[in-house]
Amino acid sequence: MIKLITAILTALTTGAIYALMSTALVLVWRSTRIINFAQAGQAVLSTYIGYEITVRTGSFWIGVVAAMIFGALLGAVIDRFFMRPIFKRIQSGPILMIAPVVATLGLLGIIQSIIGFKWGLTYQSLAAPVSTDGYTLFDRVIAFSPFNLLVVVFATVSMLLLTLLFQKTNIGLALRASAHSPEIARLSGIKVDFIRTLGWALAGAAGGLAGMLYIPSSYLYPNAMDVLLVFGFVAAVIGGLESLFGAVAGAMILGFAISFATSYVSEKLVFPMAFIMLIVVLLIRPAGLFSKKKSRRD
Amino acid sequence: MLKLTPSKKRTLFFIAIGWALLLIGDRIGELRQYQGSFVAMYSLAIASIILLTGYSGQLSLGHSALMAVGAYAGALSINNLHLHPAIALVIATFVAGVFGLLLGFGVARLSGPYLAGTTLALAVSLPTLANQFPILGGEQGVVFDVGLPPARFGENFSQYKWFFWISTLAVLIMLWLISNFVSSRYGRTFRAIRDNETAAALAGLNTGRLKVLAFAISSGMAGLAGGLLVMLISGVSPSAFPLSLSFSLLTGAVVTGVYSLRGVMLGGLVLVAIPEIADSLVTRIGGSEGFTATLPGFLVSALLILAVLFAPNGPGTLLHSFKKHN
Amino acid sequence: MTLIVENLTIDHGAIRAINSVSFTVPTGNLAAVIGANGAGKTTLLRGLSGLKDIKSGRATWNDESIVGKRPENLARSGIMHVSDGKSVIAELTVKENLALTGLWRKDKKDVAAATEEVVSLFPILGERMSQSGGSLSGGERQMLAIGRALVARPKLLLLDEPSLGLAPLIIDQIFNTIRKFVTTMNLTVVLVEQNAMGALAIADEGVVLNLGSVVAVDSAENLLKDPAVRTAYLGY
Repeated sequence: MIKLITAILTALTTGAIYALMSTALVLVWRSTRIINFAQAGQAVLSTYIGYEITVRTGSFWIGVVAAMIFGALLGAVIDRFFMRPIFKRIQSGPILMIAPVVATLGLLGIIQSIIGFKWGLTYQSLAAPVSTDGYTLFDRVIAFSPFNLLVVVFATVSMLLLTLLFQKTNIGLALRASAHSPEIARLSGIKVDFIRTLGWALAGAAGGLAGMLYIPSSYLYPNAMDVLLVFGFVAAVIGGLESLFGAVAGAMILGFAISFATSYVSEKLVFPMAFIMLIVVLLIRPAGLFSKKKSRRD
Repeated sequence: MLKLTPSKKRTLFFIAIGWALLLIGDRIGELRQYQGSFVAMYSLAIASIILLTGYSGQLSLGHSALMAVGAYAGALSINNLHLHPAIALVIATFVAGVFGLLLGFGVARLSGPYLAGTTLALAVSLPTLANQFPILGGEQGVVFDVGLPPARFGENFSQYKWFFWISTLAVLIMLWLISNFVSSRYGRTFRAIRDNETAAALAGLNTGRLKVLAFAISSGMAGLAGGLLVMLISGVSPSAFPLSLSFSLLTGAVVTGVYSLRGVMLGGLVLVAIPEIADSLVTRIGGSEGFTATLPGFLVSALLILAVLFAPNGPGTLLHSFKKHN
Repeated sequence: MTLIVENLTIDHGAIRAINSVSFTVPTGNLAAVIGANGAGKTTLLRGLSGLKDIKSGRATWNDESIVGKRPENLARSGIMHVSDGKSVIAELTVKENLALTGLWRKDKKDVAAATEEVVSLFPILGERMSQSGGSLSGGERQMLAIGRALVARPKLLLLDEPSLGLAPLIIDQIFNTIRKFVTTMNLTVVLVEQNAMGALAIADEGVVLNLGSVVAVDSAENLLKDPAVRTAYLGY
């Protein structure tokens, strides 16, 4: 019984983090039609900023806000001054659809190098604002701490706010319209380029939040979010890259699959499980489990 | 008179290059011999990417993992099966190739970012498997020892020269095989698929099967490169195959672009030169330990971005082929 | 406010899709642009609305050049292009589709009023407000696309083949409605159509395109009577 509860709670926690990362990836995919591999770098750099602010102000929460603001700004800057010029070049040169993806990989390396230059490669620790010791349930300590609860709550609240933004506001409508059909949006007078940059900013903020919520349970170093990028990607693919709902659902499914596999079968199954789920979804329903399309739009 | 068919010409070309390299190898110092071995190894790895990406249009970020597969297979053959190092290298190639074959089946229907993401997942997760299975030696890894040069080469024949000979020979043989393959009927069908998969399929080509074949061959090449890499560092461990290795290879391939022996050597040279350049930059500018360790990666990434941005119509063949494919 | 097109040239890759095309549409007039498939009609509209680059030539609306401007800016200045293929976003509801052209406008009251007018013009939309755009029939989608453009209170309306794929009864309905609101709203309209008969019947003047070049420019009445036009495009 305890095992089941623990497995579920762990699934919720990891799923929450995956959801933030997959949301970031889906936001960029829907607005720009690329997978932004640099997201791992953006998120961890935002976390470093959050870390610095936390150390200086002594408040984790101010650090979170700082990380999110920085993440948003960084995302916007990258879209405006890096991605847009690259897409412009593509029209003219003999360059192609893969170039932007390769460019994001290069950008990932650059960001991680910058981190290495400034902070070095040693592992840092980001202290959590609340206890990371597990709660006690039925006289046993379970692997779910107040901090984990915080993570789940925060991620849930963020996703709800984001959903509200998308469904109930004018900006959200503009975001959705631009994602579905940039041309119709333009013809309706929507400034699609600005909206796209906004999408990148939201993705950057989500990544920064993901980092701040994840790192306290791990270590802070330039490659700290690489694995999360992979999980976020798998989650996004499982859910289908077409909707926020898919991103979250995919993340939850992945979180539960990994959690139960590691709890009940073997601890070593984390990566194999993720990889298996990825391959299975790509083979059986390539568009993702929650996508309305029959095949991938790539 | 001997009739010089293209294939005979090619063979002579490779023999000539091999001879030239061995002569050069005699003249340069041990450091350069060692670096030369790395150039050869990287050239092969880059060639594997070019074959997969440039020739069959599939972008893989997972070649560091494929190299790891070959490396571990080779190491285990020497240590646990007590096989001869030469056989170990062949096994490295073969095992990686089979792995690539299976992987190819899984990803044959993917394209673009999906394929990139999946191979990325592979690159990140595969090395960690070493920690799961004791036989793979965990973080420390296992030893890969090809032994000393045979006595008959004399006393002046150093270990590094031996490395140089082995890598150069292995790479040349492999590249010769591949260039024959590429010029053959198979090579033409690959290019047909790369340029327009729909048309190729309509023309009756089994595009799926051929893409899988490309994956298998590319993986085999990468496996051999992996075996050579760990020979040079005398041991295989997960840290020898970080994600950044995949990125370096991709950069080398993008910088190279051309499908000739000269081409991949350029890429290999670039990859070996970058740490050197980084070192001299550090000596001049000075910097912390973090700076020194990070600079090579920075240069590689910057080079990748520059190559993508400015990949001119010349060496942009790799990307050029992608455009047609996608 | 006149639309003046002078020697407009547009390339589509290696093909000269629009070749030195000239015509004028006075304020409040409806000009029908007709021609066979591939004549370049759609390209012409896409050039006028900013979606396609103009190689050379001039186009002015209200004495201001509209060449080289971004589509969203042209849209905001009163030029609405209803593109072909039923430019409705299937994943959004009817209500959301209609709202798109009003998102950037500051006068929200007027947006609401305009939306009301559109709903009274196309009552079926009012019944389907919360349904997804994808669930509408072809004719309904066309009405939604046109309605969405009208919510922006445009001055120049560029319509690309509104009759495409629709049943004859619906086509009549749509053409009549277009004629009606052009008059009541004092719009200037460029109507691109393969259905030459229907288009010329409601138009003031016509432009005949063939392979990117202008073959004839005349009043709609004259074109309807012209034997060459009749044989080539009207089928009798």
